[in-house]
Amino acid sequence: MGTTKISGAEAVIKCLLEEGVDLVYGYPGGAIMPVYDELYKFKDQLHHVLVRHEQGATHAAQGYARATGKVGVAIATSGPGATNLVTGIADAQIDSTPMICITGQVGKHLLGSDAFQETDIIGISTPVTKWNYQITEASEIPDIIAKAFYIARSGRPGPVLIDITKNAQFDEIEFSYKKCTSIRSYNPKPILNLEKVAAAAELINKAKKPFILFGQGVILSEAEAELKALVEKSGIPAAWTILGLSALPTDHPLNVGMLGMHGNYGPNVLTNECDVLIALGMRFDDRVTGNLATYAKQAKVIHFEIDPAEVDKNVKTTVAVLADLKESLTALLPLIDNNTHESWHNEFKEKYEIELEAVINDELQPKKEGISMGETIEMINKHSKGDAIMVSDVGQHQMFACRYAKFNSTKSNVTSGGLGTMGFALPAAIGAKMGMPDREVVAIIGDGGFQMTIQELGTIFQTKVPVKIVVLNNEFLGMVRQWQQLFFDKRYASTEMINPNFIAIAEGYYIKAKKVTKREDLDAAVAEMMASKESYFLEVMVEKENNVFPMIPTGASVSDIRLS
Amino acid sequence: MENKTFTISVYSENNVGLLNRISGIFLKRHINILSLNVSESEIESVSRFIIVVNTTEKWVQNIVGQIEKQIEVIKAFYHVDEETIFLENALFKIESSLLFDEKQIQNIIKESHSEIVTVAREFFVISKSGQRAEIESLYEKLKPFGIMQFVRSGRISVSKERMQISTLLEELKQEPV
Repeated sequence: MGTTKISGAEAVIKCLLEEGVDLVYGYPGGAIMPVYDELYKFKDQLHHVLVRHEQGATHAAQGYARATGKVGVAIATSGPGATNLVTGIADAQIDSTPMICITGQVGKHLLGSDAFQETDIIGISTPVTKWNYQITEASEIPDIIAKAFYIARSGRPGPVLIDITKNAQFDEIEFSYKKCTSIRSYNPKPILNLEKVAAAAELINKAKKPFILFGQGVILSEAEAELKALVEKSGIPAAWTILGLSALPTDHPLNVGMLGMHGNYGPNVLTNECDVLIALGMRFDDRVTGNLATYAKQAKVIHFEIDPAEVDKNVKTTVAVLADLKESLTALLPLIDNNTHESWHNEFKEKYEIELEAVINDELQPKKEGISMGETIEMINKHSKGDAIMVSDVGQHQMFACRYAKFNSTKSNVTSGGLGTMGFALPAAIGAKMGMPDREVVAIIGDGGFQMTIQELGTIFQTKVPVKIVVLNNEFLGMVRQWQQLFFDKRYASTEMINPNFIAIAEGYYIKAKKVTKREDLDAAVAEMMASKESYFLEVMVEKENNVFPMIPTGASVSDIRLS
Repeated sequence: MENKTFTISVYSENNVGLLNRISGIFLKRHINILSLNVSESEIESVSRFIIVVNTTEKWVQNIVGQIEKQIEVIKAFYHVDEETIFLENALFKIESSLLFDEKQIQNIIKESHSEIVTVAREFFVISKSGQRAEIESLYEKLKPFGIMQFVRSGRISVSKERMQISTLLEELKQEPV
């Protein structure tokens, strides 16, 4: 308990330090200047990374949070600074990423006067935040920031925005900090009901064709070991959502691949043939389920979930186990019988052979002259040995990255899943690398998404953060073009990109850069990139009109997944 | 699934911005709120929202789930009409001269069990509590004489069954946020 008074702005910094924050992303401006003045004074304890656009601050904070499991922090000024955060906040909300955004606001006496750079960021951010609050008195700062961290990281994590009026940053308070451990109206972890666990175990043990679907809940509750133990003891094949990817090593024999629209053939088709569907920390997104009316109707569904609002939201459950996944799986494991489910597993293998023949071989050893996205990912696997963090943007390259990347360890796949935010990857890769400096971080980006946040090359240059950037350039907005080809009679409305000289741009930021146009140069170029101690930009010119398959067309059943 | 009228009851902290957060849940789903009332509840410092919507049970479950998920919401419930006691309140402002010129107005007031809350030289005000149909019936009867102003409140309602909210709060025994 201090007796000397400090400013609200200094209190903000001290709160962040109390919460263990040592890195924040942001962009200064008028209404947040007192906080920046304190950041200057505390720069030895709290490192601030100046991004080139506030959206980049949120994605970097998200990348940091996803790679480390810790809360990411982004700071911006009022008005446009605050509104520029909104896309990243919405992304963090739908992908359950713990993030705190701190925005400056005009002085309390100016609220509602349409003052310079005044905007109602509380109103704007309400639908896309787990919680938000406007601080108008310095005395509120410690308790509100403590609450913000508690809310962001507990239960199903999410973004919290704290808006602080300028007077509250200047005014002085006696500072003392107490971490928040509970809020009476908020129940982040439902109490595990052991009867439900027993009911789930009984269904699982009796099942002839059980099938596990796992999502990001495994990673968020750090239940990777429990998932692996469950899969191995029960012998149940397990498939993943793209946010669940890397929770179980990709080469694990019981990992049968990716679910959903561009997922693997077997996991999709066999969803409609299993007898018990075991969903672990996933929310049955429409990209995973296809048409709900024909989704797993034959199966009994067990849903392990922390968020009560997700249960029965999209898929009706037979048994719902509401709790933190690590707790519920720990309770479930001793009740599970040893099994191998060999013949059921063979069905997945057969389906994989079909996909290998129809799709995968062509993608990884293409007969066309142009380089494929899949073989580029495979080349990165060869050199990363599955140990890199892969940060993908949104579009075709993202689906190829998720389908073909190899991961040995968790928290290795960082991508914008629910919101599908183009421009996510470059800044998110910065955050991932700063959070995990000992790991290799490779951003996989399309030529479209790259140009949405290309200015963050400036952040990479200034901070010298050694991220590896791979742009898969097909001179198209490829995913939209694919849909135009398949569903709009090839009318390529505004999907062709006339691109600038990306190498010159990267070199303009003093980033080592190389362009690959021929297959025979790919191996050496990827090797050089991965060996580089500095940041590196690799542009790969890929086949222009390749498509991602398999594909479940919108509104179709998972059974009707197309191989071509 | 057929549409029905549901009364949603929300117990929450009394904080700035929560109404916006809750109304946004309806907005996102393109569901119109038929009536909304916010007041104190039986528990000190706890607010109670009464929201009436016409939708399917699946949607109302989804909405209540999303409402309950909000940090400052303590608990949310939904009921169909048969499970609650509910009423609305209406005020009618009418020209005072009619009270003397049109004698049947006095009978209408008596028969409808409404009451005159104020009488001034130019106008008098009738207050009527009851269900929507009763208020509408009174409105139709008074309409021919000319209604200067009419206003009806949102629904207020209590459930027939106990809502476990007090015990829930006792267990938590904490200061409001």
